[in-house]
This record gives sequence, structure tokens and C-alpha cells, in this order.
Amino acid sequence: MAKFFTKEHEWVEMAGGQATVGISEHAAHELGDITYVELPKIGRSVKQFDTLAGIESVKAASDIYAPISGKVVEVNQALDEAPELVNQGAEAQGWICKLEGVDEGELASLMDAETYGTYLRGL
Amino acid sequence: MELIFEKSVSGRCGVRVPLSDVPKAPPLSEALRRQEPVRLPEVSELDLVRHYTNLSRRNFSVDTNFYPLGSCTMKYNSKVNEDVAALFAGCHPVLALLPGGESLVQGPLSLVHGLERQLAEITGMDEVTTQPLAGAHGEMTGIMVIAAYHKARGDNKRKYVIVPDSSHGTNPASAAMAGYEIVTVPTAPYGDMDLDLYRKAMNEEVAAVMLTCPNTLGLFNPHIAEICAIAHEAGALTYYDGANLNAILGKVRPGDVGFDVIHVNLHKTFSTPHGGGGPGSGPIGVRGDLVRYLPTPRVVRREDGSFAVEDHPEGIGRVSDFFGNFGIMARAYAYITMLGREGLIEVSEHAVLNANYMMARLKEEYELPFDQTCMHECVFSASRQVEHGVHAIDVAKYLVDRGFHPPTVYFPLNVKEAIMIEPTETESRQTMDAFIEVMLEAARLARENPERLQEAPVTTPVGRLDETRAARAQQVCCE
Repeated sequence: MAKFFTKEHEWVEMAGGQATVGISEHAAHELGDITYVELPKIGRSVKQFDTLAGIESVKAASDIYAPISGKVVEVNQALDEAPELVNQGAEAQGWICKLEGVDEGELASLMDAETYGTYLRGL
Repeated sequence: MELIFEKSVSGRCGVRVPLSDVPKAPPLSEALRRQEPVRLPEVSELDLVRHYTNLSRRNFSVDTNFYPLGSCTMKYNSKVNEDVAALFAGCHPVLALLPGGESLVQGPLSLVHGLERQLAEITGMDEVTTQPLAGAHGEMTGIMVIAAYHKARGDNKRKYVIVPDSSHGTNPASAAMAGYEIVTVPTAPYGDMDLDLYRKAMNEEVAAVMLTCPNTLGLFNPHIAEICAIAHEAGALTYYDGANLNAILGKVRPGDVGFDVIHVNLHKTFSTPHGGGGPGSGPIGVRGDLVRYLPTPRVVRREDGSFAVEDHPEGIGRVSDFFGNFGIMARAYAYITMLGREGLIEVSEHAVLNANYMMARLKEEYELPFDQTCMHECVFSASRQVEHGVHAIDVAKYLVDRGFHPPTVYFPLNVKEAIMIEPTETESRQTMDAFIEVMLEAARLARENPERLQEAPVTTPVGRLDETRAARAQQVCCE
């Protein structure tokens, strides 16, 4: 399934009932070298657009918001040792966490890749 | 440069302790004795003096160079302030709290009271407390006073604090530390908090709105009275982050506009040491019903003109030892008293004039995202330089090579490649011109020889540090 994006530059992708969440390539580029990712606790339930995780770079510290409601079932533990994975592939190996129990209806409030691309050009 | 430990030579000693001519004390019990000798450097007095003198020569400060660090108000701190602070060096602050001790410290107590009255007058507030030890500490104290106010009214449904995205980063942090959830309101294209979105965010669950004015773009928000009215209508209170007070001294009093709580930074506006030279001081002022919730104890003036220390039963308690950073308060009191009303008004006028001069001269070469008259600071973007592969950080490092402290970069966050310049009122036209020349030279180099900027600094004891590696591969050692 395809990725959906938020205005705050997170992405979410559904696969087998699970939602994988991360930040967009654009966000990673804007942040610069990522130095730390504050991963969410496994088992935590979040509502759409609530603060999910934190990310720090040499330039700034930002919140990562949940693009969709759900319960955290897995986090990308590799980011603890290698936060640079986000710079190397924000929309691939640099994913942040996986959520379960999501309401796919909420995806309607997000942007598909094409709409997100148009949104970025307008920034 | 070698560490003092690396200069150590076994057996070398700076002082010779005379032989004891009094009876030996009984030996300490084994439990209290060190198991191993403490590791101290063994150097001569001359080694020591040279080490620290050379170290101090690598220091960069307002006393050595221009320091236009936006949002920080790195103005010159007059040395006479130090003389005034030194007058109190022998006075212990606990005296004021001992039974009968007040009569021994009437001078210091009158200074605390006097400074509070000065700050109340400047900000248009009813009462001030000098206890908070820094700006962010003041913010948290202010939010705690606001929480105490709502709680005393039985108004327990308020759980949000509204903060515009152009506020100081400490605002949301302070409100969150005090237990509130943060609602962020974006900046509108005109450079201030989006009023329509603010109106939508305001409701009866909002405890307060925190506003930095002028904001971090150096812009004065023309809607502050309206923002206060909207908050008050919903029963919320208004917090004024006075970190940028240097722009409005004697021009606007936040209390008159309708703000309920303000903090001021003595170490910014009122010329006390700052940036490693602190400590800081972040007094808060409040209006009307909030006075009773200020931290205790408070210094009050009795009818006979003497000063006393009194507890406030409804106050939020202590937020610092004694009365705050007293030495810093003495410096600020000296500064305010020396300048007086006219002097303080001139401070703001010159601070704003200097910033606008910078803005007018640099905007030919640097992108100015909000092109309007600024207050005490202006925010450029290095976006034109980015086209040549030169970023704000490269311009900043080049300034280091040329003997200037860089401006604040990459803040505020709502401007890409931000370069935030605050010259303050204490700099001369000649100093500013010298800085402007180097900034224009950097813009020229970005086009013609970008490598020169990318490799800067080259004249410093160490070159460009690898900030990413420093943050990723931390080796923190605590012995």
C-alpha cells in the first residue's frame, strides 16, 4: 500500500493491518544530521496528531506526531545506535515505529505522495 | 592546549604549608578517610597562573568583541555595576531570615524592594518577585502563579496553554513542566501569531496564552490588546515573555495593554552578566488578583519606612533560596537607577535604531523574509547563499574568523537558514559598520569562493568541529 503524509511531514504506510510510521525525506533533509530519536514506548496508545516521538538534529529538536491513531507495537531499535539511518532513508530503513489497532478511515485526512509533493512545492 | 592535569609533575607544589605548631587533632575514623589520595594536578604557582591566563585569553566575550547574538541581548555590562554589587559582598542573605535579623540588612532589603518597584513601574504590573533565577525559571513561576489562580477559583477544567510558534522555545517547555498541554498557533504571513487560528484555539479549557513581544522575528505584534481581550473573555490569563523588553522600555507597558504576568531577564535588558558570566535572574511581575499567589517570602515596606520579610499564606511557596540571585539584582538596580526614565527610553530607541540600520544595510545581500520595520533585532535567511552551497552555519563560522561572535543561526525555526542579528544599543556605528562589511564580504565570497566559507574558521585554536559526531558519539566521563 502507498504512503500517506501529514502537513507536519510524517508518513504512514499500511501493511497487514499494521501502520509503519516515519518522517518524510523532506523533513529529514530540513532537520539536517539527526543525532537522536526518542522512540515511543511499546504498548502506548496515541490519537491521531498527538505527540508520538521526538527527534533531534544538530539544528533543532522537534516532536513527531502520530499520523494515525493506534497502539505502538514495535519501534525501530536500530535508531538508538544509528540515528543517521533517518538521514540515509527516512522513508525506508529510517522508520520510527509500527502501530496496530488503527482506523484506516483516518488516512482520508492525510495527503497521498502526489498531494504532499504539491504541498512541499507551496512551502 | 594542554590540560592542567597534563602539566602536572609529581612532587611539584605551589605553596609550602608551615609546620603545625598546635597539637594534632585526633585522627579521623577510618570510615571518613579517603581510600585513595585525591587526584589533583601538581603544578607551581607560575604554571597555574600561566595556564589560566592563557585559557582566559581564548575567551570570547562582550568585553573583547562584538556579540550580536539575536534573542540574547548581549549588551555591554558597565563595570560600575560590579562596584555596586561588591558593596554587598560581606552580607549573608540568611541574616534577613533570622529573628531580629531584618534590622541588620535594611540596605539589601531596600534594594530588593526598590528593584521590585522599578520593575513594576517599567512593566506596568502591580507587584514583582525577584526570586526566579533565570528567564525560563520566571516563566515556570509565572505559569505556576496562573495555575494557583485558576485552582483557587475552583476552575479545574483548564488544561491547555496556547503558545505561538514564533515564541521562545522555553515557553512551551515551561508550561509543560507546570503540567499543561501545549497548543501551538502558527505564524501568519504578516509575521505574527495567526489571529483567526488563535481565536479558534481559545476556549474555556485554556489556562493562559504566552506571547513573546516583540516576537523572535523582532516584530512588534500590533494585535496584543486584542489577543489579551480574547483570552480574558474566555477566562484565560495572558503571559508576556519579556525577554525582548529591550525594544520597548518606556514605550509600552505590558500591564497597560492587558497582560497579567510578565517575566523580565535582568541578564538581557538590565545589563547583568550573561552567557557563561551569569548567573541569570528572571523576576516576574503580576497584576491584581494574582499578587497573592506570588512566591513567598516577600519584602514589604512598613509604614515607618523600614523593610520587613513577610510570608504570604496563599503564595506558591519558595522558588529559590533567599530572594534570588541578589548580586545580579544589585547590578540591575544600579543600571536602572543610573539611567533613570530618560536613559531607559534612549536604550530602547538606540537598540531599535541599530537593528534597523543593520537590516537596511544587509538586506541587499541577504534575504529578509519579513521586510518591515523591526524592533531590537532582525532575522535574515541565508537562502540566497544556499544556491552557492553556503549555509547560515558557514557564514557564522566565517564571522568567527573575522573576530565577531556569530549571530544566532537556525532560530527562529519558522525561517529557513535563519540569521538573527541583535546589535543592542551599546554598539557604535563604527563597530556595526565593521560587522556589516564582513557580512557583505561573506555574501561576495559565497558567490566567488564558497570553499573559503565552508572551511571556516581557520584562524581559531581548533577548526570546524564535527557537531554531528560530537552529538552522536558522546563520551561523557564522570569520575
